[in-house]
Amino acid sequence: MKVTFKVNGKSHTVDIDAGEFLLETLRKLGYKSVKHGCDTASCGACSVQLDGNPVLSCRTFTAAVDGHEIKTVEAFSNNEGLSDIQLALLKEGAVQCGFCVPGLVVTADALLRENPNPTEEDVKEYLNGNLCRCTGYESQTRAIVKLAKERRSGGE
Amino acid sequence: MEVKAPKKEVNKEGFNVVDKSVDKVDGYALVSGKPVFTDDFYPQDALTVKILRSPHAHAIIKHIDTSKAESLEGVACVLTYKDVPRVVYTRAGQGFPEPSPYDTFVLDKKVRYVGDAVAIVAAENEKIAEEALKLIKVDYEVLDSVLDFEHAEDEDAPIIHDEPEISGAYDPKHNIASHYEMEIGNVDEELSKCDVTYEGTFYTPNQSHAMMEPHAAFSYLDPNGRLTIVTSTQVPFHVRRIIKRIFGVESRVIKPRIGGGFGGKQAVHVEAYVTAVTLKTGRPARCVYTRKETMTASNTRHQMRFKVRVGADKNGKLKVIDLWGLSNTGAYGEHALTTFMVAGSKTLPLYNKVNAVRFGGDVVYTNTEPAGAFRGYGAPQGMFALDSALDELAHKLGMDPVEFKLKNSIREGETSPVFKYMGEGREGVEQIVESCKIEECALEGAKLFNWHEKRKRKRIEGTKAHGYGVAFAMQGSSIAAIDMGGATIKMNDDGTFNLMVGATDLGTGSDTILAQIAAEALHTTMDKIIVYSSDTDVTPFDTGAYASSTTYVSGNATKKAAEKMAKEILKAAAEIMKENVEDLYLKDGKVFSKNGDSLTYSEIQTRLFYTFNQRQLEVTESFVSQVSPPPYMVSFAEVEIDLETGKVEVIDFLNYVDCGTTINPILAKGQVEGATAQGIGMALYEEHIWDKNGRMVTDDFFTYKIPARDDIKNVRVYFAKSYEPTGPFGAKSVSEIGLDTPGPAIANAIYDAVGIRVHKLPIKSEELYFELVKKGIAAL
Repeated sequence: MKVTFKVNGKSHTVDIDAGEFLLETLRKLGYKSVKHGCDTASCGACSVQLDGNPVLSCRTFTAAVDGHEIKTVEAFSNNEGLSDIQLALLKEGAVQCGFCVPGLVVTADALLRENPNPTEEDVKEYLNGNLCRCTGYESQTRAIVKLAKERRSGGE
Repeated sequence: MEVKAPKKEVNKEGFNVVDKSVDKVDGYALVSGKPVFTDDFYPQDALTVKILRSPHAHAIIKHIDTSKAESLEGVACVLTYKDVPRVVYTRAGQGFPEPSPYDTFVLDKKVRYVGDAVAIVAAENEKIAEEALKLIKVDYEVLDSVLDFEHAEDEDAPIIHDEPEISGAYDPKHNIASHYEMEIGNVDEELSKCDVTYEGTFYTPNQSHAMMEPHAAFSYLDPNGRLTIVTSTQVPFHVRRIIKRIFGVESRVIKPRIGGGFGGKQAVHVEAYVTAVTLKTGRPARCVYTRKETMTASNTRHQMRFKVRVGADKNGKLKVIDLWGLSNTGAYGEHALTTFMVAGSKTLPLYNKVNAVRFGGDVVYTNTEPAGAFRGYGAPQGMFALDSALDELAHKLGMDPVEFKLKNSIREGETSPVFKYMGEGREGVEQIVESCKIEECALEGAKLFNWHEKRKRKRIEGTKAHGYGVAFAMQGSSIAAIDMGGATIKMNDDGTFNLMVGATDLGTGSDTILAQIAAEALHTTMDKIIVYSSDTDVTPFDTGAYASSTTYVSGNATKKAAEKMAKEILKAAAEIMKENVEDLYLKDGKVFSKNGDSLTYSEIQTRLFYTFNQRQLEVTESFVSQVSPPPYMVSFAEVEIDLETGKVEVIDFLNYVDCGTTINPILAKGQVEGATAQGIGMALYEEHIWDKNGRMVTDDFFTYKIPARDDIKNVRVYFAKSYEPTGPFGAKSVSEIGLDTPGPAIANAIYDAVGIRVHKLPIKSEELYFELVKKGIAAL
């Protein structure tokens, strides 16, 4: 079947297999930031935004996103540089192997839109499904709370 | 908003780039989701490789029929044990000759655990490959199996390795892969003279690495027909050597970005399968493990049991330590002997003032997933037993455990005979400890944690209990006299330097800290150092990323190379400027003479390329250490126990670490925080469970729990002011030691809270709850 949807503002019409999941479709389209970590909706590495809300692409049918908009981490940086979330993570040493980071960025972005003033507890709760085996989470939490503070105090 | 180079500023030690939290050199690519991991850029026409795995824990393949699978449209090949070289080897990616037994074949007629490889399928896509797996018919003769490592040596236990080719195993007829024992002094005699003694048995689990990126590799023949393997590995040079051993072919091994390893990618998992397919078909081949395969068919930490006996006099002087162990290496003996020895060699020297010390035991085969290298490499297992026992002794003596452990631990200028007795798989090396700030770690850590005040608090209030525990640890920096690292530096006419290293950045940040070391020694800035790591055709050799060796060994190699390059630059500048070398010095990417004349690095190499005594400045240096300076660490834990459920929460965990100079403080801190989280996982959650037939039931992130964000409450990290004279700019290792303390610190805190001594990790809430009930303090 044919499905049409937007990824990072660009429209794609693709022929998909029955039961095809969005993770596979996106990777086939070249959005390689979307990672294959578990296949059982339990690690968060495949997180993308669907109409602004974070979803796990490994368990989202591609057929279900027909007519919708997807955003991946590729949309968070350009030739001009990185988004403030990405920079915040980098500066806080919150990126080790980096495999979980694309999923983390899109989820943290949604969190900060919903709650511009999150406590550490809020961050831990909202991002609890984004597993990371390298950092022990502390630096990532610090980075996000710090960024929210900076945004509120008028920084970008 | 580019990734910026650090500001030039000289700190009080006089470092310009070292000891600064500069951004990771691969940070921009990683945060922006660039296709830099193995499975992000495999060739378009690559075959998908899948492995048929054994459903039985122990069986002989009587007959295998692949004809239906082979005739399926889109299947390129199906390989069984009949189609691959019968060459015995070890998957353990270690130096040569490996201390692990040769007991493995790419495919064998016998399978030794549920998940062992039976056949390799290569097809045009994943769907066809999976369909083909189902069409392979295998008749198995199912054999008796042994799953419980405490029964591996029973009289009636089945023999797991009866293949005639096996070599290097201690006593395979009795399922003993390795055996080790040593005694210094007489432990029985010393124990009989002690005023207080403690004896107990402690268990640690078969933890999974659970790195976020599953094992992955692809292979192809380059346009000249040369085999190339791109793989998520910690040991590209060992992969090249092992592939040559098995298949008899030379290859190029390239390591891209690695999605975490923790020792799990120190073994040759996927590389042999894709190579077999590429050699058979001539086509590119790609294999990516599923999460289930990564959980069930790669490696775990060695599950261990230690019986520990310790004794002290009434003044609190520790007199004797006896650690006798049993380790489970699973179906194959990867890292069997060496992880076991590290349980002693990286724990016992910490308490160097004893009169007698003994260490030994067996490493046994069982029909379970093979164990392998895992961050800490035996030390967390040994230290859980030893530190718990010392905590008991302190309580018996009525001493503060911080005071007791500190009183008996090693100091700067001292040594331990264990350094010489125990190496990794062989005798060790003598060494005097040149940097050890364990007093600062213990005393300053106690202050920051508020240890003394907290211990005066009431432990049980309402349905909650609080407790406070401390654990001490040491590790090493490299395997002395074995680990070798090389670095090549090439100077360019734009003032940049190519730094080529065999060291393997697996997310740790080693590319970054090696660039910092080079920039420091070359008196230039980070943006002038272009790092390229781990491509066996291009970079010099390095044993790989393991044994806490990269900062120390590869760091020293990089420093040596950079210092030699600095000399070459001065020599060339002296010729150009017609000055004496002694009258020149390097600063800010320039050579200055006493009279104020200067030449930039760019000007020098441009002259050397085109107009003056033409040559390329390039140097290669290697480094091997004769010592392995230990980092030290003291950790303090506060736990909260729910007396209604037995649930334990680590509400505060403070680490005070002596790792010498922190080349990059924020990355060093990240190493300790990450190791702490993995240690908390090992202490509270992580363990694999098999059903009675040997099938692992904990095969995904739902059934095998690693700490999630919400489980980590408050982890603090402090670094001691320390300088290791033999390290690059004073640095020692930092990546592994953080895993050694959470187990004992948390267990000691539980003892402090409710008086229950935990003998087995992980500490499951239901088990603790039943102990609370027995003790009459559970909230019912």
